[in-house]
Amino acid sequence: MASLRKNKFLILRRVSQLAILVLFFGGNYFGWKVLTGNYSSAKILDRIVLSDPYAVLQMLAGGYWAAADLLIGALIVLLFYAIIGGRFFCAWVCPVNLVSDFTAWSKRKLNIKNNKRIVLSRNVRYYLLALGLIISAVIGVAAFEMVSPVTILSRSIIFGVGGGWLFITALFLFDWAVARNGWCGYLCPLGAFYALNGKYGLLKVYHDKDNCTLCNECFSVCPEVQVLSRVGKKDGYIKSGECTLCARCIDVCEDNALNFAMNYIKNNHNKR
Amino acid sequence: MAAAAAAMVSLPKTVKARAREGEQGWKWDKSVCRFCGTGCGIMIATKNDRIVAVKGDPLAPVNRGLNCIKGYFNAKIMYGEDRLKKPLLRMDADGNFSKKGKFRPVSWKRAFDEMEKHMKAALDELGPTGIAIFSSGQYTIMEGYAAVKLMKAGLRSNNIDPNARHCMASAVVGFIQTFGIDEPAGTYDDIELTDTIVTWGANMAEMHPVLWSRATERKLSNPDKVRVVNLTTFTNRTSDLADMEIVFKPHTDLALWNYIAHEIVYNNPAAIDWNFVKNHTIFATGPVDTGYGMRKPGHPKFTDLENETVRFETEKKISASEAKTLSYLGYREGDTLKMNNTAKPVKHWSISFEEFKKALRPYDLDFVARLAKGDPEESLDSFKKKLKTLARLYMEKGRTVTSFWTMGMNQHTRGSWVNEQAYMVHFLLGKHAQPGNGAFSLTGQPSACGTAREVGTFAHRLPADLVVANPGHRKFSEDIWKIPEGTLNPKVGTHLMKMHRNIEDGKIKFAWINVSNPYQNTANANHWLKAAREMDNFIVCSEAYPGISAKVSDLILPTAMIYEKWGAYGNAERRTQHWIQQVTPVGEAMSDTWQFVELSKRFKLKEVWGAKAIPGMDGGLPDVLEKAKKMGYSEDDTLYDVLFANEEAKSYKWPDPVGEGRLNSEVAGDKRHVPGSDGKVFTGYGFFIQKYLWEEYRRFGLGHAHDLAPFDLYHKVRGLKWPVVDGKETLWRFNAKYDVYAKKAGTGAFAFYGKALKEIPQGTLRGPVATRGKIKLPNRAKIFFRPYMDPPEMPDRNYPFWLSTGRVLEHWHSGTMTMRVPELYRAVPEALCFMNPGDAKKLNVSDGDKVWIESRRGKVKAHVDTRGRNRMPAGTVYVPWFDEKVFINKVCLDATCPMSKQTDFKKCAVKVYKVES
Amino acid sequence: MASRRKVIENLFKSGAFMGFGGLLWGSAAGNAAETELALRPPGAFENDRDFVQACIKCGQCVEVCPYDTLKLATPGDGKAVGTPYFKPREIPCYMCTDIPCTRNCPSGALDLKRLQAKGSQPSIDTAKMGMAIIDPKACIAFWGIQCDVCYRACPLLDKALIIERKRNERTQKHAYLLPVVNGDHCTGCGVCEHVCVVEEAAISVLPVKIATGKAGGHYIKGWDKADEKRMELKEPATTDEEDIESGLNYLNEDNELY
Repeated sequence: MASLRKNKFLILRRVSQLAILVLFFGGNYFGWKVLTGNYSSAKILDRIVLSDPYAVLQMLAGGYWAAADLLIGALIVLLFYAIIGGRFFCAWVCPVNLVSDFTAWSKRKLNIKNNKRIVLSRNVRYYLLALGLIISAVIGVAAFEMVSPVTILSRSIIFGVGGGWLFITALFLFDWAVARNGWCGYLCPLGAFYALNGKYGLLKVYHDKDNCTLCNECFSVCPEVQVLSRVGKKDGYIKSGECTLCARCIDVCEDNALNFAMNYIKNNHNKR
Repeated sequence: MAAAAAAMVSLPKTVKARAREGEQGWKWDKSVCRFCGTGCGIMIATKNDRIVAVKGDPLAPVNRGLNCIKGYFNAKIMYGEDRLKKPLLRMDADGNFSKKGKFRPVSWKRAFDEMEKHMKAALDELGPTGIAIFSSGQYTIMEGYAAVKLMKAGLRSNNIDPNARHCMASAVVGFIQTFGIDEPAGTYDDIELTDTIVTWGANMAEMHPVLWSRATERKLSNPDKVRVVNLTTFTNRTSDLADMEIVFKPHTDLALWNYIAHEIVYNNPAAIDWNFVKNHTIFATGPVDTGYGMRKPGHPKFTDLENETVRFETEKKISASEAKTLSYLGYREGDTLKMNNTAKPVKHWSISFEEFKKALRPYDLDFVARLAKGDPEESLDSFKKKLKTLARLYMEKGRTVTSFWTMGMNQHTRGSWVNEQAYMVHFLLGKHAQPGNGAFSLTGQPSACGTAREVGTFAHRLPADLVVANPGHRKFSEDIWKIPEGTLNPKVGTHLMKMHRNIEDGKIKFAWINVSNPYQNTANANHWLKAAREMDNFIVCSEAYPGISAKVSDLILPTAMIYEKWGAYGNAERRTQHWIQQVTPVGEAMSDTWQFVELSKRFKLKEVWGAKAIPGMDGGLPDVLEKAKKMGYSEDDTLYDVLFANEEAKSYKWPDPVGEGRLNSEVAGDKRHVPGSDGKVFTGYGFFIQKYLWEEYRRFGLGHAHDLAPFDLYHKVRGLKWPVVDGKETLWRFNAKYDVYAKKAGTGAFAFYGKALKEIPQGTLRGPVATRGKIKLPNRAKIFFRPYMDPPEMPDRNYPFWLSTGRVLEHWHSGTMTMRVPELYRAVPEALCFMNPGDAKKLNVSDGDKVWIESRRGKVKAHVDTRGRNRMPAGTVYVPWFDEKVFINKVCLDATCPMSKQTDFKKCAVKVYKVES
Repeated sequence: MASRRKVIENLFKSGAFMGFGGLLWGSAAGNAAETELALRPPGAFENDRDFVQACIKCGQCVEVCPYDTLKLATPGDGKAVGTPYFKPREIPCYMCTDIPCTRNCPSGALDLKRLQAKGSQPSIDTAKMGMAIIDPKACIAFWGIQCDVCYRACPLLDKALIIERKRNERTQKHAYLLPVVNGDHCTGCGVCEHVCVVEEAAISVLPVKIATGKAGGHYIKGWDKADEKRMELKEPATTDEEDIESGLNYLNEDNELY
């Protein structure tokens, strides 16, 4: 029970990620209508269209004025994540997270440190985000969508076509060789997009400095450690949009120093 | 002899070519296509004892090196993965035969032990009528002959009947009744010589593709003069080339022929060739109350729904149309027509021309057009115009006309009638048995003519048009076969449909299936499938591939396929073509001939030639053993000794010049060293059995207008059209210019010299008049009047559609061979339900949806097609029967032409509705 | 000063990085999008590049295809990754009359509007997924074999595939029945390619742009009034009235004339 509680959010996230995958899979193989399509664009109950706003943005940059369905779908998704906040998509929906979490976990277990000689900036992803739009505009085709591991992985699972595993292996090796959560934390323009989009969202992790024992557990599990800058220093929200809201920090914190809280609501996190 | 000459001239070249080929490791040899009745010549390349390629034989006059898509794949038909390689017996866990057991491999010895046991049990219990052979129009000639000899001469049973019964029995009755002799007068050369090609229920474009390419060439050669008319119940590929397509309502071809005759007799009497009619023909007719070849109502295994149709076998109400067409017999609408002549439907008598003319009176344009128009969307005026044009084409002086038909006219509850009507029109106009002029029945199967008809693998026949019911014919046959007088059973055996029925009724307990798939190819199949599996009987199936018939059998014998044995086929233009065994059979497969001969070893004369009871025959078959002894036989001799390995047989030595260096598994065994029926390795009979069978068989026809050439000659030429007299083939029979027999008759330009049914009563339309006595008709043919009558089952409120079945170009019959050629399977993987788009809309289905097709007898599912190769008029659906997964014969009605006993696969009533997923 | 220098240096570095990465990425993505040989579902843009641009790669069309005809391209397929295509030799398009693939496209990459003539209902018969072309050397009908399997299998038989009859000079008896594609009606469904019985299909479907040519509008068939349509978009040819140099250049060149 204790381990269940200790991994509460982890389990919930896995359930969420897998449920979405299974629904997509069933949509293709068994004709379920709950959720069809894939992460690029989906339909709920054969009715409500959802679409990847960054993909749609690229299409627009590429000069294609997409059909209304797609635009509305992108808007829905955009608003949804903007309201929730942070990179909720990355931790709760995106299938690549399964891979990158696994890589990070295995590196931790085997005690492999990041390669010191290769220094990547976490800002690269923002450059790539912009670049994606620029290239889309230049070549007239949604550029990131041509190479995105997110969609390639999901397609190979949902439609059972080959090729995906190659990308996954590459991703896995990259994360191993270069940096923990190397793809998601440094490069992925989609993650960067959601980081910007979710900066002012409602759901945030709140830090209670007084409870903190500086055990550093949260730092060892966080895929985006830079967002934890205030931990042990100052009470308050983890404001950065780069936080994926994965809640691993909440799970591992034995001191009740980290919790979900609603942004903007004058909080009364009473010290206990 | 042109073909022979051509072959001779090219010999040196061939020899050179052979030498070259030798170096490359393969060898070419002539053969014939496995599939349809066209009879295309092919060349086969073998290498390492396997067939590696096929080419059309450029010297073959039929096809000049070309083939259709089935012929193109001849090289691939023998090597399907699931080819049957060992005898298989249904067994229980202890290895004993069990009707409910699973198939497991057994030795040939065990297979013959079981066959012998069950066959003898059936013979002991039921006599010769308790056993049966489902024979074939795809037997080689020698195989068919061996089967007939074993069955009729040895086992004294006439229960042997071919799948050809389903295919051209009506054509045969037409020939015998009209000419007194079987098979067409014309040749394929008529195609190049005629000005008018009229197809009646013959989708030649798909069913005789190579002949169709000839028809096409003929049309192109003189597009202004040559006319092509397609008479059909739906638009098919043959309509493409046609100048005129006439879509008629199923069964109304009877009225259409009479319309043409009416047009001639009433409106254009000048068109009548009186010379021809008066000198060479006589008018005749027969009874109409002949039923529809169904069983009588009330059979315990009929469902109530089935009884709804079957009741017409005893009587029917005269319909409005019949009230007109049977008015010459005094019938009015609503009268009851009692079927009093179901037992003697073939009887007929002569009538006068005036009577004939009187009977034709109702068939004027207006009546026939209203009755026969098949496409509701076509206007009556347009249809009338077409009928008039058709009649004009037939009548036009100087215009040659050839009418072709296949299953549309043969598979017909009045199939024999409609065949006779074709001759009626051609005779009236004097347009028959001349180059380019004639009514030409096309056969479906590769040796329906050569084997089924000429050898006589029918319940009523003996070789060369002889019949078991005729004492003279029996005597003649007994002499050739060197068996005692009285051995042959005079009582006609069970026809194919009746075999199934008798198995269901427990009257046949042993059946043997050869080169056919009777459990897929017979209408109302649910009855027969169940009877095979659930009645107390033993069914043997000689097969190359697992199909439905093998599946319902108890013992399966792996059987050598066409190029794995010596053989000969006879095509639809009387051309006999021989081939040599090309390769060793696969697995332990052995030829049908071998199987008959091996089984004959299991019967001693005393077991079969004693007195035998025959149901319905006073006194039964006599004991002929004493006579046999007088002939020098011992009662312990086996049928093998008497029928197959007698002194004459052994005089055909092996090796033989024709077979030098060639394989002959039956005669010399082969490299497989297959353990034979006695458990010892089979090393061959030692004599040239195929040549013996041929030469003996040939004797039946020599001098009787069925002359075939000596065995060796056929191996030098590309087939010969019989009668072959003095080494010369015959082009147009009955024509004194071309046919020595006709010339010999001395009756002028023509002589219809057939001998059968040439003494008939004289009478009026209503029947024979006893006081007028009989008339002899030497060298005359008959012009029959036959009326239109409704078929026994027509669409109604509950079953609103006509269902027609048939074949497709890509597959051969039940598909056991062609469905195993991957390319052909991919081309046409399943049978579709062709439907009118308007009907589809009404049924709320679109292309690709599944529908149920349900009759009073059964139902199947098929995908709908509204835009494909067959375009249906509203109210008719077409489902091909090659696909065992779409088992359309479960739906079809097993009504037959009462004369020919050929099933009408072309019409029954069904309902069609969407399969809800 | 150092910090400003740092900033400039960083800017420069970032610029170089983006330039380098962008070129690499752009060319990779651009190449991947360059897939003119893909056969697309019905109702796709005529220009494949436009289709790739518009397709969001969601696979909805693939999911609703009842015959599993449509596949999503994966890396290595040589098609824009994630876009739907089909290989008729494996599974052709069976031309569902309700066109579910097109109907389900959210992005407009497939659009029913492209499948309807003005004022009529969308019809699969108007699709232009590709066009069949025949290799007469491999097509056994051109040998004289009575095949025409493709013709009988064609969902628009007698429209998209027709039979041309030609006399056979060799046998003098057996006309050729040759399949001929009519580009006006061929939808590119590929059933013909699928069923072709020779080892490698003798009739194959290519994207319309590749399979079709276009004759210039400067010559019109004199025997076909309708052919004048092709002139409509043609600008009349002109020459620059002021240009006398072009002619003079040649005339005044006299090197090695004799």
